[in-house]
Amino acid sequence: MTDAQAPGHLTGRLSVGAAARLAAPIGVVAVFVAFFIATPDFLTVSNISDLLVSTSILLVLAMGQQLVVTVAGIDLSVGSNLPWSAAVLGYAYTHGWGLPVSVLLALLAGLAVGVVNGLMVARLNMTDFIVTLGSLSVVSGLTLLLSSGNTVAVNSGFLRDLALDGIGPVRWFWLVAVLGAAIVGFLLFRTRTGTYLLSTGGNREAAREAGVHVDRMRLIAYASSGLACGIAAVLFVARTGGADPSLQTDLLLGSIAAVVLGGSSLFGGKASVLGSVAGAVLLQSLVNGFTLLGISQYYQPVAVGAVVLGAAFISRFQK
Amino acid sequence: MTDTAARGAGEASAVDPPLVAITGLCKTFDAVRALQGVDLTLAEGEVTALLGDNGAGKSTLVRCLTGVHPPDAGEIRFRGEQIRLNSPDDARRLGIETVYQTLGLIEDLPVWQNLYLNRELTQGFGPFQVLDRKSMIGHSRDILARLDVNVPNVRATVRRMSGGQRQSIAIARAANWGKTLVIMDEPTAALGVRETAAVEALIRRLRDAAVTVLLISHDMAQVLRVADTAYVLRRGQTAARRVVADTTGDELVGLITGALEGDARV
Repeated sequence: MTDAQAPGHLTGRLSVGAAARLAAPIGVVAVFVAFFIATPDFLTVSNISDLLVSTSILLVLAMGQQLVVTVAGIDLSVGSNLPWSAAVLGYAYTHGWGLPVSVLLALLAGLAVGVVNGLMVARLNMTDFIVTLGSLSVVSGLTLLLSSGNTVAVNSGFLRDLALDGIGPVRWFWLVAVLGAAIVGFLLFRTRTGTYLLSTGGNREAAREAGVHVDRMRLIAYASSGLACGIAAVLFVARTGGADPSLQTDLLLGSIAAVVLGGSSLFGGKASVLGSVAGAVLLQSLVNGFTLLGISQYYQPVAVGAVVLGAAFISRFQK
Repeated sequence: MTDTAARGAGEASAVDPPLVAITGLCKTFDAVRALQGVDLTLAEGEVTALLGDNGAGKSTLVRCLTGVHPPDAGEIRFRGEQIRLNSPDDARRLGIETVYQTLGLIEDLPVWQNLYLNRELTQGFGPFQVLDRKSMIGHSRDILARLDVNVPNVRATVRRMSGGQRQSIAIARAANWGKTLVIMDEPTAALGVRETAAVEALIRRLRDAAVTVLLISHDMAQVLRVADTAYVLRRGQTAARRVVADTTGDELVGLITGALEGDARV
């Protein structure tokens, strides 16, 4: 389905470097075993089903982040772009614009933020994390202005079915996430555009010398991340039944952490879609297991952060 | 099958104009007059060395020839026709390829993707074009084998390659797409003795394959080993042209430093 890494990686010996690449899959197995031993509620069909549904939202965001990280950038605006897109959906829907139009507007709202980020980074040559940190704040303000700070309920049968139903045991959310991962993997490893994205992140000067339109590639990456926020927002509204302007800033850390855990280089040029999928599952399993065990939710950010720091430590050896 | 077999071997005859003829080339950056009337001729199928001390204008001349810096004055004739190079794409369209000292390789991409960077083969049509990995990998092996470049696995990333291998890959890429002229900027500056010998052998094979090469080098012994003709630049002007068979390293060094009077200006 998706080609996780550049060819040749499979021939690598089992070294620290290999361990770093396999950190996320190994981590997933370890966490699953640990929680399976700790509680009988973890490895049940219904819990795993729900776990993967909540992972889907994180995964869609991580796929956008994956593309940005591939071109050696970072998108911090994810944290407010998702609530913004959700608020646009809620606003449009409660103002009677109908669901299809509202969903389309939500996607466009996310995309718009991504395009603006991309233009500032690629065309105006502004520093990526300052740009996206700035838009993180600007967009969160816009969200509050649009919604007056109020949560709006979105009662749509279609969205409820999207969140709860599926084809047999396969939930719609999983399909959206798997499709997203497949598209990103295909794009990166099977198309020219993917080669240009990887080379832009790997060595921007060399890519430019070879005639690659590096600015366009960076713009595409940020725009894709914005669109991913729009898609994730639709899923989020479907799952929670409303648009809360103050929600879920931990998805920002999660999206970056999943990519880092997956073995992609934050310096760009190296991407692993399957690794990022495993990273997202790992992070969501931690949160899920802690909740089941009744561990205070105050410990959750500590644990998630520690895992991310651990991944960053291991990735030192990847060079 | 191979897309490079039809290189212009044997096209050049004595009556043809030279591949590149540069006359009176000038280029000024703010207050710095980098080139002040350079004359230079590249004969088809030969290795021409470009010599000069730091700041003599070698790099600027190369950038004019590759379209990075359009010259202010003077003319460049390509096979007798006057051309204007406004971008690297213009140079590339004429079949001029450059190997910079930085090599321009993407470390985390495999060798075959580097050889085909921005020239990928695809299958399918319209928006459904998919990389033709099989063809590119196969052809990459051919490209390297033809030039006798020792890279055991074209699917390995460039990161795993030695300095000599990287240089050879960069040269092989330039030679494969550079149908008319390959420019090399100090290709052995960072290499050890054995790797230098391998790269020099590669340059000789390019000449045997009738590829025209412009070689920038600071190594007189190397110039005497691989070049047919040498041009010496001094202070942005052509100081001398020498046929390598009729000169010595000492004479070239003297021309570079200015100890010997140049004689190229007629």
